[in-house]
Amino acid sequence: MTRTRMTTVLLPILVVLGSMAVLLLLAGTNPWDPVRTIVEGSIGWPPFEGGSGRKVGDTFMLWVPIALASAGLIVTFNAGMWNIGIEGQIIMGAIAAAFVAREVSVSRPLLILLAILAGAAGGMLWGLLVGVLRTAGGVNEIFGGLGLDFVALSITTYLIIGPWARSGVASTSGTNPFPDDALLPSLGGSKLSPLAIAIAVVALLGVWMLFRGTLYGLKLKAVGRNRPSSFLMGIPTNRYLLGSFMICGALAGLAGTSQAIGFHHKLIPAISGNFGFLAILVVLLARFQPVWVAPISFFFAMIAVGSPGLSLRLDLHGSLGGVLQGVLVLSAMLGLGWAAYLARRRATAAAESSNE
Amino acid sequence: MPSPLLILFRALAAALFHECLTSHAMSLELREIHKHFGPVRANDGITLTVEAGTLHGLLGENGAGKSTLMKVLSGFHSADSGEIVLDGKRIELASPDDAIAAGIGMLHQDPLVFLPFTVIDNFVLGSPGSWLLDRRQATDELAGLCERYGFNFDPDIPARLLTVGERQQLEIIRLLWLGARVLILDEPTTGISADQRAKLFATLKALAAEGMSVIFVSHKLEEVADLCQRVTVMTRGKVVGDAELPTPPERLVEMMFGQVLDTHERDDVPLGDSNLKFDSVRTASGLLSEEPISLDVKSGEVVGIAGMEGSGQDTFLRLCCGMRTPTKGTVSIAGNDLTDQHYREFLDAEVKFLPAGRLEEGLIEGLTVTEHFVLTDRDTNFVIDWDAARKRSEHLVDQYSIKGTEASTAESLSGGNQQRLLLAMLPAKLKVLLMEHPTRGLDIESADWVWEQLLARREDGTSIVFASADLDELLRYSDRILVFFSGRIIGELEAAATNVDEIGLLIGGRKAGAEGIPT
Repeated sequence: MTRTRMTTVLLPILVVLGSMAVLLLLAGTNPWDPVRTIVEGSIGWPPFEGGSGRKVGDTFMLWVPIALASAGLIVTFNAGMWNIGIEGQIIMGAIAAAFVAREVSVSRPLLILLAILAGAAGGMLWGLLVGVLRTAGGVNEIFGGLGLDFVALSITTYLIIGPWARSGVASTSGTNPFPDDALLPSLGGSKLSPLAIAIAVVALLGVWMLFRGTLYGLKLKAVGRNRPSSFLMGIPTNRYLLGSFMICGALAGLAGTSQAIGFHHKLIPAISGNFGFLAILVVLLARFQPVWVAPISFFFAMIAVGSPGLSLRLDLHGSLGGVLQGVLVLSAMLGLGWAAYLARRRATAAAESSNE
Repeated sequence: MPSPLLILFRALAAALFHECLTSHAMSLELREIHKHFGPVRANDGITLTVEAGTLHGLLGENGAGKSTLMKVLSGFHSADSGEIVLDGKRIELASPDDAIAAGIGMLHQDPLVFLPFTVIDNFVLGSPGSWLLDRRQATDELAGLCERYGFNFDPDIPARLLTVGERQQLEIIRLLWLGARVLILDEPTTGISADQRAKLFATLKALAAEGMSVIFVSHKLEEVADLCQRVTVMTRGKVVGDAELPTPPERLVEMMFGQVLDTHERDDVPLGDSNLKFDSVRTASGLLSEEPISLDVKSGEVVGIAGMEGSGQDTFLRLCCGMRTPTKGTVSIAGNDLTDQHYREFLDAEVKFLPAGRLEEGLIEGLTVTEHFVLTDRDTNFVIDWDAARKRSEHLVDQYSIKGTEASTAESLSGGNQQRLLLAMLPAKLKVLLMEHPTRGLDIESADWVWEQLLARREDGTSIVFASADLDELLRYSDRILVFFSGRIIGELEAAATNVDEIGLLIGGRKAGAEGIPT
């Protein structure tokens, strides 16, 4: 069981890396160079020793939102929901945290605590909205979520060029930086915030626990797999669907909070960094396993931080990182389809054997 | 105006077609068929001969390997080894397409009819060739076949308006039209009315008389005994016996089970207070909207629901458990008015509903047996104690004789074992248990076991309300039988004072003249 899971997760990654290497060889580049460039540009070479602390910090601080959003998506996926609205939930979390950071003045620890809580609440409400549209309005969560993504994006843009515009200039480059008191405490010289990392780790552990050991998690899974049966068992299915959206929204909101007061230190239009969409891919690659989310998110964070170096160091376009991501995900989906096919064949064989 | 040439061509085609239908009987031989699924030997060296022009029964309990064998014969599965010999010629079947081209047609348990399509579109759908479609000619030929076998279809209505029995008829003549000379019927009497069954049997006898070889797959002894001239009995992937019919049924039962089963006579349980009460209940429109229903089901009582599928039984059962809310009247459980409450409140009032679709509306695919017990155990804590849950689950698997382990997924269990799991998941205390087709698709042994469990619940005052298409089951286990017809209750009968004929007539919408029926 674990062995098949290992191979279904690792195999596509290895296949992609292998085929990328062949492509690069054909293009006349040593395949090792871009790998080294990405690693060097993110966590340094040798890893965590050479390189700048700033880049290492950046990598970790991009890992945080990807991991948080992925943790949230594991919950909605298990409930059978495609929470495409996660982008909007990240953005609303960032906006709520930005509001606290800009408008509230209390002591520093309290301010940061409030910003974090507000961020979680903002994402949670935006997630709840998708859920309510789904359960009460019959709006498919994919369309509802996508619509709310655009709404959230428009609200950010409005705030940045409107009420929260930089003094004197209305520019889409972002708001004024938040006061220092509102920023997540970080390790000297970098953005690396132990608090943000702790939150992401706790979130991943929490989601792992949720589905491993709790009745709530099992019921969510039941609802996701068969709603009529769950309903007949007496599980309030709509309440559980809403619950999954709220949990996911809250975690996405925390991701947005980390982006706002931990990384960009201001509100920008692209505050989500598309990490919500990226997280969907991470979760699919990780086969919904929180354990795998951590390294895969880190891998993507490294690509995000390190791939701009490709064009500087080598004569390769920086979008190679994006190509890598895309191909990875496609092959992961193929792997997933293949695994499902095998499982179905096994199940049919088992059913046939017990029926016949 | 059709040209003379076309008329001539049509006449020729019709003649050829007729020729095909009446001549060239086929004998069929299966030699040493092996089919394994992983470690499981579904067919373990089956040898079987079906003479041309006979009705051949294939009898066996669920899981005996009948369906696998027929799927091999109809090209759906390919055998691991073995030969299929048709008229002395060995044939290879790689797909159902090959099988029908060779003259082997299979009527599946659920007729393969596309419900939104019209009758005629369904009829021509499987015909070979993909471009030229002569609907008019096909309509004529459909009409010809209908006349020949006494069927009656309007070719232009959508197939969803046909009853299950009519869909079968359509499927049979479609297979004949495609040139089937060997017809396989897999459990064809599931879900059709007694009338339609009689008609089906008459048709099959007529077909056999014309030289058609018919293989009738069933786990119902009486049907095979009624219909067939020869029977082969299968158990656990092997042929365990052959017999010319008629033969004493005890002998067949012995072949199937190795022993003659007792028929369980039910003991009466004294009836108690009202558990489920309907007072002038009706819905706004559609089924059950015409006549208000008043009904009182006592504790310990078993009420059977008869009727053709879709006559209002579904709606009735859902009204009983809060999945539907009546527009008029009141529904009470043990004296408490729950009329406007929903399913969850009914569940809290100890009302439980087990619909027909075990994997669709009962169990959850992908979850294990243990996980099912955890979900339905009211005492489970927020943090699950998996060790305790597994122990409890192993105990229940044992107690309910579920073939499988605590870690088996729901979908890996066979139908009978899924039903056992569902029963094992029921709460210990129940006021009302509602079921649809409690033993559909189960072998005799499992069905008896299920009823043993259900009847035992009466001792604790549970009322059982069940819908079934099996008249024997209704008569044997009910105290009272409600017959639904066309969206209303057409008859309410004391099970002890009625018989199959009376119920059969009522199901068909005819009230028996003799006895006064309280409605």
